[in-house]
Amino acid sequence: MSESLLINICVVILFLPLFGFTTVIFFGKKIPKLYLFEVAILGIALLLSIIVGYVKLSLYNTKDIISAFTWISMGNAPVVGDINIELGFKIDNITVMMLFVVNLISFLVHVFSIEYMRGDKLYTRYFAYLGIFTFSMLGIVLTHNLLMMYIFWELVGLSSYLLIGFWYEKKSASDAAKKAFIVNRIGDVGMFIGILILFTQYKTFTFDIIYSQIAAGNIPFASNAWLTAAGILIFMGAVGKSAQFPLHVWLPDAMEGPTPVSALIHAATMVAAGVYLVVRIFVMLTADAMLVIAVVGAFTSLVAATIALTQNDIKKVLAYSTVSQLGYMVMSLGVGAYAFAFFHLVTHAFFKACLFLGSGSVIHSMHHEQDIRNMGGLKRKMPITYYTFLISTLAISGVPLFSGFLSKDGILAGTLAFGKLTGHWLIPIIGFTVAGLTAFYMFRLVIMTFHGEPKDHHKFDHAHESPFVMTAPLVVLAALSIFIWYTPNPIGADTGWVLKNWIQTPTQVTPLETRYEFMKPSSEEAKAEVHGEVIHSVEYTETMHWAHYPAMFMSLAFAGLGILIAFMFYQWNKLNADKLAEKLKPLYNFSLNKWFLDELYDLTAITGTLSFSSILAWFDNKIVDGIVNGSATVTRFTSRVSGWFDTYIVDGFVNFTAFFSGFVGLSFKKLQTGKVQTYIVFVVFAVIILLVFFKPF
Amino acid sequence: MLQVGLTHFLIVSAVLFSLGIYGIVTRKNAVMVLMGIELVLNAANINFVAFSRFGNFGLAGQAIALFVIILAAAEAAIALAIVLNIYKTFTNVNVDEIDHLKE
Repeated sequence: MSESLLINICVVILFLPLFGFTTVIFFGKKIPKLYLFEVAILGIALLLSIIVGYVKLSLYNTKDIISAFTWISMGNAPVVGDINIELGFKIDNITVMMLFVVNLISFLVHVFSIEYMRGDKLYTRYFAYLGIFTFSMLGIVLTHNLLMMYIFWELVGLSSYLLIGFWYEKKSASDAAKKAFIVNRIGDVGMFIGILILFTQYKTFTFDIIYSQIAAGNIPFASNAWLTAAGILIFMGAVGKSAQFPLHVWLPDAMEGPTPVSALIHAATMVAAGVYLVVRIFVMLTADAMLVIAVVGAFTSLVAATIALTQNDIKKVLAYSTVSQLGYMVMSLGVGAYAFAFFHLVTHAFFKACLFLGSGSVIHSMHHEQDIRNMGGLKRKMPITYYTFLISTLAISGVPLFSGFLSKDGILAGTLAFGKLTGHWLIPIIGFTVAGLTAFYMFRLVIMTFHGEPKDHHKFDHAHESPFVMTAPLVVLAALSIFIWYTPNPIGADTGWVLKNWIQTPTQVTPLETRYEFMKPSSEEAKAEVHGEVIHSVEYTETMHWAHYPAMFMSLAFAGLGILIAFMFYQWNKLNADKLAEKLKPLYNFSLNKWFLDELYDLTAITGTLSFSSILAWFDNKIVDGIVNGSATVTRFTSRVSGWFDTYIVDGFVNFTAFFSGFVGLSFKKLQTGKVQTYIVFVVFAVIILLVFFKPF
Repeated sequence: MLQVGLTHFLIVSAVLFSLGIYGIVTRKNAVMVLMGIELVLNAANINFVAFSRFGNFGLAGQAIALFVIILAAAEAAIALAIVLNIYKTFTNVNVDEIDHLKE
């Protein structure tokens, strides 16, 4: 299969969901069952992306396929020179893997939604929105430049807004949609400035050109600080979209949307876009920018994990666990564990989508009950949901034989190596703590939902296993949470095809003095001594090998401890959670109220914005309007003066002329008798006068 | 012995002219005005003939006098026709009552 055909298929994959969206949104009301068309389109896109993925990974494994065209050509503009803005696709291994993930989860969510959303009055429109979301997400995945990335980034924000606020009659839903949109905007402003810094310097948005320029030593404004700033500012976009601290507050609220939407957008794909962005700009990150990213990610994962401990809404727990796992990925990128970050993105997408769809299945059968304190014992009623949920929980907790173990273990090894190489030990400590916390709160969720005795017998009696279209996606996703798809060795991801062949860690292009010590290239002799591929440097590869087993055992220990404690509390009732909460009241409230961050923002950012706005309003009302009104008054005064001048001076002059002419006319009128004889007298006198005066003789 | 010279002719002519003008200006009846015009023309004729007699112009003056007489005859014919029309229009021929030229 030729490269151009591959590109063409990608174009088709990109535009299929948009076609579905336009068809469904315009004809959805007229043609019954049109939503099935949208589902079918996603099925086709999924098939095509599998083909593309297979061809790319087998035939062009080490080659990036790029196809672009000039979108806007500004010719030879004065001062700035040639500017050609390109649009195009870059298809590398990461792209095709993302294509598969996005299309698969989108397709499964479509299928799941057929049953979950049945009876909703905006049923077809819901599928249309899913279509435009998929289109925007695929745009982000396929782009080869920052501008297109930004455009689709905003489109994703829009479709997320539409879907969070899908039940817009509910005030909480429309508020959550607005909150998500506004909070994302804050991050996007930073991203936009970062993109403009790069554009100012390089006159292009294309990734590869920018990176080759940086590699050639051409950095923005000839200052490493600007390069760091550009990296951190673009990362701000990811902070917003991937719900990193301090902009993570929108994601838990976004759970107001339909549950399949939460699975698609707020767990598996859109929030991963931020991580994907950092993956794309990874090579231009300086050590300072990476440290910022690592700290933000670590702190986010800790904050979210501690909050998730005490939440009682099934979706809120999953939402905070998503924030926490996204923090993991970001932290992993920050510490240089590029491959594991992307690997975790993929594995997390599957098991988190499975968890969300599982929770959707539970909510559906419990008639929109979301509080886990009212659940329990559902294992008997919903076996398929239970076992898929359990598999995903084992995956997210980092239990061997499941995908999450592979990627999480790698991330933890990465942080451990980072700690050893740079001395920032706090980051691995946070990483392991969060691993334990994750295992605890996820099993708390499973036990409270599915084990034990039912708390609400009325709802329990009506609960039932979901129909096939809802359980089938769960089974597929749970199957993808098992290690075998990624590597033949359940405890060593390195030997698997995903990490060995598919995800290649790129070399940094930043100037040497701005890199971490361990990211500077090593000599050829040193490379020759190490067997296998060298990532970043020999030193780093060796440290990663060193970190492999300690990280694995520690993560197993932490996860096992977390699971054990969860069983002690909620299954065997050896410990009493309520008593502990009573004892640690302040800490418990702190976690239950989400670190009081919403309240803090209410007090600072929102109140600040409101008072600033009222100052601006005052300025508008008094100063700007005052200037306008003042100029109006002055104009009115001058026009009155000019009116007076017109009336009395100009008109007076005109009238006087007329009056004078009239007067003269009147007085001469008397001479005009009309009698011939008078005229003759005048003539005679005139002749006489002429003769007397001119004396012709 | 009183020699009749150019001056006398001119005086007669001037008197006649003045009388003519006087007649034109003062008379009410249009016919009388026409008669005044005749006087003025004849005063001019006297001037022509006198200058012809005393000046060095040959017979040109007398020839022009002849033309003037003919012209006067023609003028009288036309003028009387006009007077007749005036009478038809206004039912009188009093020039001081006819002031339509004012309009």
